Amino acid sequence: MSATPRLSVRNIRKSFGAHEVLRGISLDAHDGDVISVLGASGSGKSTFLRCINLLETADDGDIVVNGEEITMKTTSHGRSAASRKQLDRIRTNLGMVFQSFNLWSHMTILENIIEGPVHVQKRPRAECVAEAEALLEKVGIADRKDYYPAHLSGGQKQRAAIARSLAMKPKVILFDEPTSALDPELVGEVLRVMRDLAAEKMTMLVVTHEMGFARNVSNRVIFMREGQIDCDGTPQDMFGGKGSPYFQQFIRHMETENDAA
Amino acid sequence: MDFPFLLSTMKALLAATPTTLGLFSLSIFFGGLLALLIVTMRVSNNIVARNFAKGYIFVFRGSPLLIQMFLVFYGLGQFGVIRHSFVWPALREPFVCAVLSLALCTGGYSAEIFRSGLRAVPPGEVEAARAAGMSGFLLLRRIIAPIAFRHALPAYSTEIVLMVKSTALASLVTVWEITGVAQRLISQTYRTMEVFMCAAALYLILNFLILQVLALIEHRLNRHDRRPAERKPSVLSAFFGSRA
Ligand SMILES: Nc1ncnc2c1ncn2[C@@H]1O[C@H](COP(=O)(O)OP(=O)(O)O)[C@@H](O)[C@H]1O
Ligand SMILES: [Mg+2]
Repeated sequence: MSATPRLSVRNIRKSFGAHEVLRGISLDAHDGDVISVLGASGSGKSTFLRCINLLETADDGDIVVNGEEITMKTTSHGRSAASRKQLDRIRTNLGMVFQSFNLWSHMTILENIIEGPVHVQKRPRAECVAEAEALLEKVGIADRKDYYPAHLSGGQKQRAAIARSLAMKPKVILFDEPTSALDPELVGEVLRVMRDLAAEKMTMLVVTHEMGFARNVSNRVIFMREGQIDCDGTPQDMFGGKGSPYFQQFIRHMETENDAA
Repeated sequence: MDFPFLLSTMKALLAATPTTLGLFSLSIFFGGLLALLIVTMRVSNNIVARNFAKGYIFVFRGSPLLIQMFLVFYGLGQFGVIRHSFVWPALREPFVCAVLSLALCTGGYSAEIFRSGLRAVPPGEVEAARAAGMSGFLLLRRIIAPIAFRHALPAYSTEIVLMVKSTALASLVTVWEITGVAQRLISQTYRTMEVFMCAAALYLILNFLILQVLALIEHRLNRHDRRPAERKPSVLSAFFGSRA
């Protein structure tokens, strides 16, 4: 396996004030990898994802997307991307799906989906609309294309948000707890869409508390603890007892919580 | 009731209505542009710009519009630089002075209204746009401004209606708009009640029409807040064209 990784993160560090939230994280995601990121609340999972597409700027470390490194500069205001143009372009290759959907409330679902392709990638509108309709079909909400986000259920919103990120044809999609804001009965429909994407070899980095997804869909599981990767491996190894004692304790805790719910 | 008198009064006031509408629309236009500039400074990271905008808003919201207008009308001519500059022929005109002071004042109010709209933009929606590769003017034009404007519109409508009424102050710097003409008629006829009733009725009609237009815009921009079944495009599409 000498192919260029779709995403390569090298030694990312991030502090908020005196609080060091990420303490040197590295990771490679190859084509078709589905990596589940697990960890207790506050372990730095969201910050890690947000540092990858520079919604937060890491204090140190490199991000390489599809072989292209995001160039950084340091000024008196701190560290930031050296070129806004490069950052914007690389961001179109990095889809992001948020826990709270973050669909644009003033646009219909269809408008949400063609926004990036038409206005950022400057592709022909008719072509984008046709692709958007196909994507909505695929995630099962074709009949909702002219609705505004406020009139969709949480599960429909999240599927629309996934379609929105797919419309940019990204190389990698980052998911930050995509089902955590959903009512339990709506989790399945979103996971089904994500499972389909995994089957199509989409490269995905998924922060989740869904142990079923981590165990059955991903090909790699990473356990974060106190801003570091505590242990990682295949789901078979990790759930088969090869993870660290902290990970064992974490999954026991998650299971009792699921039983209680 | 002396209908012939009311009719002739109405005619005289209607003849002054274009002046009132001119004061109103020009000051809303230039005041709106000014407000965009002030709000940009107000939310910028530059401490000088931010504090200038704060001071501007404080001064123009905190002092009476009438005094601002008198200062522009009687005060600007005191400065040699202005009196000898190329703008003086325009600034000598009462109409221009009135528009200038109305615009300066509404610029301050509108800047605050726009700022409250900006603060209502959900940060998550802005992050989603950044994550999709938007930044700078594109992000402002496609995401931030449309959302902010929708939030600001109810308060901005109020400001617009207040501006229609504020044009009446221009009569005190000798602009012959509706109120000025009404006062002249009263000094000629001494029939205060009838003339002022006519003038008030005219302002009410103007504001009624302006509010209708604003309500239509608001209705159209707030489609995202209504359930699909409640969207009744029939009347609106007559005004704005159908989108289907
Ligand atoms: N913008 C921020 N400012 C200050 N502290 C933050 C900020 N974002 C996150 N943190 C802190 O960083 C730590 C990790 O947060 P987060 O990455 O959200 O964890 P997780 O997603 O694993 O729950 C938490 O202690 C949180 O309070
Ligand atoms: Mg989180």
